[in-house]
Amino acid sequence: MRTRGRLGDRLLHAYTWLIIVWLSSPIAVMILFGFNDKKSKSNTTWQGFTLRWYTELFDISDLTVALRNTLVIALVSTVITVVIGTMLGIALGRHRFRGAGATNFLVFAAISTPELVMGASLLSLFVSGNVPRDANTIIIAHVLFSLSFVVVTVRARVVGLDPSLEEAARDLGATAWGTFRQVTLPSIMPGVLAGAMLSFALSIDDYVVTSFVNGSTVTFPLWIVGAVKTGIPPQVNVMGTLIFGVGVLIAIASAVASRRRA
Amino acid sequence: MTGLNAIELEDVVKEYLSHGEVVQAVKGVTLDIAEGEFFSLLGPSGCGKTTTMRMIAGFEEPTKGLVKLHGQDVTNVPPNKRDVNMVFQSYALFPHMSVWDNVAFGLKQKKTPQDEIKRRVGEMLEIVDLTGREKRRPREMSGGQQQRVALARALVNRPRALLLDEPLGALDLKLRQAMQIELKRIQREVGITFVYVTHDQSEALTMSDRIAVMNDGLVEQLASPREIYERPATGFVAGFIGTSNLLTGTAVGGVLKVGDSRVLVPGHDGDVTVTVRPEKIAIGTEEPAPEMSVVRGTVTEVVYLGTYNSYAVRLSDSTDGTVITVFQQNAHDATATAERGDSVWLSWQARHSYVIGS
Repeated sequence: MRTRGRLGDRLLHAYTWLIIVWLSSPIAVMILFGFNDKKSKSNTTWQGFTLRWYTELFDISDLTVALRNTLVIALVSTVITVVIGTMLGIALGRHRFRGAGATNFLVFAAISTPELVMGASLLSLFVSGNVPRDANTIIIAHVLFSLSFVVVTVRARVVGLDPSLEEAARDLGATAWGTFRQVTLPSIMPGVLAGAMLSFALSIDDYVVTSFVNGSTVTFPLWIVGAVKTGIPPQVNVMGTLIFGVGVLIAIASAVASRRRA
Repeated sequence: MTGLNAIELEDVVKEYLSHGEVVQAVKGVTLDIAEGEFFSLLGPSGCGKTTTMRMIAGFEEPTKGLVKLHGQDVTNVPPNKRDVNMVFQSYALFPHMSVWDNVAFGLKQKKTPQDEIKRRVGEMLEIVDLTGREKRRPREMSGGQQQRVALARALVNRPRALLLDEPLGALDLKLRQAMQIELKRIQREVGITFVYVTHDQSEALTMSDRIAVMNDGLVEQLASPREIYERPATGFVAGFIGTSNLLTGTAVGGVLKVGDSRVLVPGHDGDVTVTVRPEKIAIGTEEPAPEMSVVRGTVTEVVYLGTYNSYAVRLSDSTDGTVITVFQQNAHDATATAERGDSVWLSWQARHSYVIGS
């Protein structure tokens, strides 16, 4: 029994490490090739270490523009999504109203719709409505597909919120707005933040939907796909590394914050 | 004291729409609650006591009737503009705020000057014995402490009345008894009207100046605890408050007579229901004096309960097999007066039985 247990333990260890390596190897490769001192056009074989790409990060001007577009679009669409999504989440989590069932259904439909379908239908909507495709249509599209995620995370918090908390605030003299600002919003904040992060992450790397509605505006993912044929410059790896680094920092910060809260 | 009542309800009705049907939760309640009074709304769950309280707080709008605070009609005034505060059953403490910020919340809403907030919150925390725990979060405190924070948070605003919705329901028995005494002390200290909602009759009896016993959306009886216990107005009140014996029959000339039994009901004739408390009844094997109400029966059960014995006695002169409960204090020795199967006389003074309905 003991030998079998030990063997099982070892297998579990090996399996766990295999999964970790499998999950992190693409990230490791991305980071590594940001330091590749490549001489040829393609950045696929290791040719030595350099920090050159970090100093020449913004030397490819249209890539820089694409990254800036992506960050602006992600920021703007996240703000809009969080505001609308939080309101929707509260409405669906707290109140019974005519159309609540239909709205709930639409929220799930938006999550389960294939991106190709969403992109194609948005494009035909914009074309038939004579809407010029640019950063604005990208923002509209991104709000559309991230909205449901904010609604779902916020609604989960609202459902778990004791309604007498808000009544207590009213009872103690707070106005409706004061109650929302001082009691409701702080209580559902973890849900709002989770939704915001999801929405930002979804926006920053979206290719499929964006490619339908971008017009002549180029985003970071679109630029990369366009560069595949000619070879992806190491600056892309560096930018990817930096975005990943920021993500890791946020994850650590939220872990620390939740540990302090507990 | 000022002549005005703290709270007045005038024929208040509350109807809900439930699955397309109109349900009356409160069917016309009229109450006057005096300034500084400890007033309880007592009744089983679903009797409308909580809805009544929520209408006083302003969380529910009455379908009909008036709610007055200190003589002023507040029927359509929102809760944040009413001069009453509530202690919630779940306490409803703000989890993201410290004890201090919880207690200061109401004063901050009213834009009270900082130094006054500091002084009043400090004083209030002292009254509820929580000085030194200002920085704690609610979840870091015990149930009893959370209870006291909730109390302080409401009382610091010096409301015209404090509404308490089953505030001790979540506490264990020992703590509940301690908090009952604590609540009475705090009420005496701050001198504010307390309206207390509970389904626990012993809690209501110990703490209240007056009790409104509610059932099915109506007030069955509104009186002092003594009055309600000693002279229940209806069969429901008699049954809900403590243990009660009910005897029914036809009275002739102020006496309900069946066989050897005679229950004195002076001034009543015809079909009557009489109630008598178990501790008022004496149990014995010899025929009692003629001025007493007397029934005969057979002991079917004797239960030793520490401070007293409880006897179940089946009446021999009753056709429907009525069983009377008798409590006998263990004052002298622990031996029972009668054993199971004994034939006994039960007797009580005429003033201890009440006719509650004809």
